[in-house]
Amino acid sequence: MASLWTDYIWPLLVIVAQSVLLLVVLLVAIAYVLYADRKIWAAVQLRRGPNVVGPWGLLQSFADLLKFILKEPIIPAGANKGVFLLAPLVSCGLALAAWAVIPVDAGWVISDINVGVLYIFAISSLGVYGIIMGGWASNSKYPFLAALRSAAQMVSYEVSIGFVMITVLLCAGSLNLGDIVEAQASSGLGRLLGAPWLTMLNWYWIPLFPMFVIFFISALAETNRPPFDLVEAESELVAGFMVEYGSTPYMLFMLGEYVAIATMCAMTTILFLGGWLPPLAVAPFTWVPGIVWFTLKVLLVFFMFALVKAFVPRYRYDQLMRLGWKVFLPISLAMVAIVAGVLQLTGWAPAPQ
Amino acid sequence: MTVAALFFYVFASICVASAVMVIASRNPVHSVLFLILAFVNAAGLFVLMGAEFLAMILVIVYVGAVAVLFLFVVMMLDVDFTALRQGFLNYLPVGGLVGVVFFGELVAMLMVGAGALAPGAAKAITDPIPPLADVTNTEALGLVLYTRYAYYFQAAGVVLLVAMIGAIVLTLRHKPHVKRQNIADQVARTKATAIKIRRVKPGQGI
Repeated sequence: MASLWTDYIWPLLVIVAQSVLLLVVLLVAIAYVLYADRKIWAAVQLRRGPNVVGPWGLLQSFADLLKFILKEPIIPAGANKGVFLLAPLVSCGLALAAWAVIPVDAGWVISDINVGVLYIFAISSLGVYGIIMGGWASNSKYPFLAALRSAAQMVSYEVSIGFVMITVLLCAGSLNLGDIVEAQASSGLGRLLGAPWLTMLNWYWIPLFPMFVIFFISALAETNRPPFDLVEAESELVAGFMVEYGSTPYMLFMLGEYVAIATMCAMTTILFLGGWLPPLAVAPFTWVPGIVWFTLKVLLVFFMFALVKAFVPRYRYDQLMRLGWKVFLPISLAMVAIVAGVLQLTGWAPAPQ
Repeated sequence: MTVAALFFYVFASICVASAVMVIASRNPVHSVLFLILAFVNAAGLFVLMGAEFLAMILVIVYVGAVAVLFLFVVMMLDVDFTALRQGFLNYLPVGGLVGVVFFGELVAMLMVGAGALAPGAAKAITDPIPPLADVTNTEALGLVLYTRYAYYFQAAGVVLLVAMIGAIVLTLRHKPHVKRQNIADQVARTKATAIKIRRVKPGQGI
C-alpha cells in the first residue's frame, strides 16, 4: 500500500498541482496580456483604451470573461453540432498543452522531455485543426473561406519555422528546451570577445539574427496576428472562422489564440533570447530569479507583437504566400546549410554527449 | 508498469475504434477527423514504446500536413452521402480481403520471416547499436540515418523532389489574361520610366 502511495498517487498529485499552478498563473497572465495588447494598440492610435472597469481598466479582461460566460451559446441550425462545439475546445486545449514543456526557469518545467522542440512544433501544427473544424462546421460561406485560408497560411509558415528551429538545434546540439537555453549560457560571441559576463551577446539572436527576424515574422503568421490575420480579416470575411460563434465557444477561440501567441513569445525567448538567463552575469542581475528574466523577455517579445499589430497594415493574400514560399523558405533553407557548414568547418559544433 | 499497461490499452482501443469509425462514419469529414484521432493515438503508442522521436514526427508529418490536405480535399468535394453509402457493402469483401492479406503478411513476417530474411534483425532488436542506455533514440536514429543509410536517405529525398516537381509541372497553368504582380519590376521602377511630361496646349488634348 505504501508503494502505491509513493509510486503512483503522490507523483500524480504533484504533477496535477504543478499543472494547475502553471495554468492559473498562465491564464491570469493572459488576461493582462490581452489588456496590454488593447492598451498598447490604443496608445499608438492616441486613444485611452479600456479604462472603466477597475482602476485604469485593470479588471477589463475579467469583466469580458464574465460577459462571455453569462451569454447564451448559439448553435446555427445548419451547423454540424459535434464538430462545431469540439473546434474551440481543440483550439484552446492544444494551445494550453504546449506549455507542458516550456521551461520558465532552470528545471521549472512540467515535463522535461527530450524532444521538446518537436513537441512544440507538433502542437503548433495541430493548431490549424481548431480553425478548419470551426470554419467547416459552421456551414457558412465566410467561415469556410477563412478555414481554407488558414490551412494554406499556417502550413506554409510552419515550413520556415521548422527550418529556423533546425538552425538553432544545430547550434545547441539538443532538442531539449532547457538544454538549448543552457547552451546559450557559456559559449558564444561574448566569450569570443573576452567578456564572458556579457551573456547578452552569447544568445543566439546575434549570430542567427536573420533567423530571429524570420522566426518573429513567421510566428506572427502562425498565430494569425496582424498583419497576417487574413483568417479573421474583418474587412473581407466579417470575423472569419468565428462568425457563427458567440459566448463561451468564442471566448475559448480567443483564449486559444492568445495562449498560442504567448507560446510563440516564449519560444522566441528560449530559442534566441536565452530563456531565463540574466542579460549580464554580474552581481545585481544574477540575484534576480530566472523566472523574472523569462517573464520580462516574453513580455518584451509580446510588446513587439502588439506594436506590429498597431503599425502594419494587413497583407494581401497572394503577397502573404509569396513572402512565405519565395522569400522565407529559400533564405531559411540556405541558412540551414550555411550554419551547418560554418559549425563543421570552424569546429564550433557542440560535441555529441 | 501497470500505468504503462493501462495507457497502452487506452491508446490501442481508441486507435482501433477510431480506425473502424473511419470507414463506418457517414460523413467523409468525420472520417478524416477519426483518421486524425487514430494517428494521434498511434503517436501515443510510439511514446509508450520509448520512440518519442517517431511519435512527434508522426504527428508533425501525418497529422500536421498530410491530414490537413485530406481534410482540405474532402471539405471541398460536393459528396452525395447516400450514393456513397450504397457502394459500402460492395467494396467490403475486397477491402476485407486486402486487410486479411496485409495482416497475414505482417504475422508471417514477425513469426517466420525476420529470422530467415534478415539474420541480424533479431540480434539488433535485443542488442541495439548504439546501446539505448547511452543515447536518446533521436540521437541513435541520427547516428545511423546519416552515416550507414546516408545513400538511402538521399535517394528517398530525390524521389520526393521528383514527385514534387512532377506535381507542379502537371498542374502549372499560365492563363494569358490573369494579371500578375512582379515585385522586382515594381521596385526597379524609377521616375524616368514611370512618367512622361507632355506640354498640352489648351483646348487640344494629347
